[in-house]
Amino acid sequence: MPINVRIGLYLALRQVRRASFWTTGLIIFVMVLTFLNLVVVSGILVGLIQGSIDQVRTKYTSDVIVSALNDKKFIENSPNIIALIKSLPEVEAVTPRYRESGVLEANYKTRKDTDKANTAPGQIAGVDPLAEEAVTGIQKDIVEGSFLAPGDYDQVVLGHYLLKQYVPIETPAFSTLSNVGIGSKIRLKVGDVTREVTVKGILKSKVDEIALRTFMLDTQFRSMIGRSDGNVTEIAIKLKKGADPAAVRDALKLSGVDKNAKVQTYEDAQPKFLKDIVATFGMLGNAFSSIGLVVASITIFIVIFINAITRRKYIGILKGIGIHGRAIEFSYVFQSIFYALFGSAIGLALVYGFLVPSFAAHPIDFPFSDGILVAPLGQTFIRVGLLVGATLIAGYIPAWMIIRKNTLDSILGRN
Amino acid sequence: MITTKGLVKTFKNGDVETQVLKGIDFEVGEGEFIAIMGRSGAGKSTFLYQISLLDDPTAGEIVIDGMEVHMMTPDEKMRFRLSRFGFVFQDYALLPELTALENVALPLLMQGKARGEAYAISTAALERAGLGGRTGNLPSQLSGGEQQRVSIVRAVAHKPKILFADEPTANLDNESSAKIMAIFNDLHKQGQTIIMVTHEEQYAKLAEKIVRLDDGKIVSQQRQGA
Repeated sequence: MPINVRIGLYLALRQVRRASFWTTGLIIFVMVLTFLNLVVVSGILVGLIQGSIDQVRTKYTSDVIVSALNDKKFIENSPNIIALIKSLPEVEAVTPRYRESGVLEANYKTRKDTDKANTAPGQIAGVDPLAEEAVTGIQKDIVEGSFLAPGDYDQVVLGHYLLKQYVPIETPAFSTLSNVGIGSKIRLKVGDVTREVTVKGILKSKVDEIALRTFMLDTQFRSMIGRSDGNVTEIAIKLKKGADPAAVRDALKLSGVDKNAKVQTYEDAQPKFLKDIVATFGMLGNAFSSIGLVVASITIFIVIFINAITRRKYIGILKGIGIHGRAIEFSYVFQSIFYALFGSAIGLALVYGFLVPSFAAHPIDFPFSDGILVAPLGQTFIRVGLLVGATLIAGYIPAWMIIRKNTLDSILGRN
Repeated sequence: MITTKGLVKTFKNGDVETQVLKGIDFEVGEGEFIAIMGRSGAGKSTFLYQISLLDDPTAGEIVIDGMEVHMMTPDEKMRFRLSRFGFVFQDYALLPELTALENVALPLLMQGKARGEAYAISTAALERAGLGGRTGNLPSQLSGGEQQRVSIVRAVAHKPKILFADEPTANLDNESSAKIMAIFNDLHKQGQTIIMVTHEEQYAKLAEKIVRLDDGKIVSQQRQGA
């Protein structure tokens, strides 16, 4: 180790060890706050959207989703495709769904001929409740009544966006059903077929595709839309833990499934605007973090500057007795690095030992997502590097400013 | 050993120039103990700082062991000080966050000695100065006299050719001052070259030669016992 580095380390260790506990504590506290600002602010901003993405994956697309081609209403050859999917070793469960656009009507029994019909448009999904439970578990999101069960007849579950009591918004572009609850009779119109059904349950979800849907048993919905060939509209596939969605997607494409359907991982199926929002929030987070980094650098600069100014006499003595200025600079740089590393270590423990698990267990309840804290280790360590780098420079500059002053002036306290 | 020729030091404060040293010719031989005296403002400390390379003269030459040290770069001067000089300051100038042992060991470490060797030399030197029981104490835990003794041990532990002392007893009581001067006397007897600034006649008399400055010039050089 070069002699100046060795002496710098020797001095730094002793200065830190014998410094005031409260001063050291305060500097490290500032470092911890800066680290949290660097990691948590951007982590929550990204996590806000990531929570939404995770929910779409869990509750709707699952790991891989096979859906009808853009110019088709259903996936041709669905039974064979479903059989092929189930035969893949990575696949844990599959839920095929029928889907059609439809209109719900609520006040048809009480309204006069001159009254406007209380209708709400939406997607009607025919599902197998057992398969759906195995893949998405949306049954857990029921807030009133209960989910469908095999054998139900003329019963539906409504997404909460379809009901006025959950979304009290009056806009021309968005209509909801009024005075509809568990046991209410409503009309369901798909194409030319209209059916009176009973509301069995209400499902509340932050995934739009679920919140705007009406769920019905697949066996009954199939007869309603006149589909007897077993061709479904979408198939959500849940994979076993550790399986790679991209590998399964590629395997299905290699088997020719993409001739009859779109095969996408949950990431492929994300709308572009969502990816753009993630990137934008990431940038915003970086901007906020940069401000935090500048504040931390200025704090360290001031701390080291005051320390070096008050110790100017001793710096002069060190130079007077032959200690190289570079060794003294190293001592301040090492002190700065110590503060940054110690602060980061506490920050890391807080983030990964407390904040990430806490946010995962108790996500922030945003209207459109359950916000989590996204803090990938790689990115976090890059931020630690940035913090240490900024602190190092902020520690070096004031030390350099004081050390370059005339040795005797420093010893005698002359300006 | 040390020769100065026409040494001038001028301080500038805006347009005002004050010449503190006005062309000093001076010589010190190896092993000599020199006391520099003079009234306040005579230039004695300024003179010491020039010949000990802590400050740069405005004009004149300083030659030490045949080397024109006034021509050296700041880095070369720093290395020269480390290898050949020891310093004792009026206010002890110990580093507050280092123990007595660490203060003494620091110049030795800077010279490249391993920590074990530097600590062994420093411990032995402190024991010789009667500070064996104080090696682990911080300066704030030592009396003024003890701090100055540590300062002297630090100054001589790396066996410098010249020991510079700037009013080493100015802040001490009579008893401590006497102890410090006894140490200087012992060092001189062992052949140490010492150049000491003092305003106390009784301690100056311990030196071989008293050099008196007034108004930036040497007004007398008196060899003791001559």
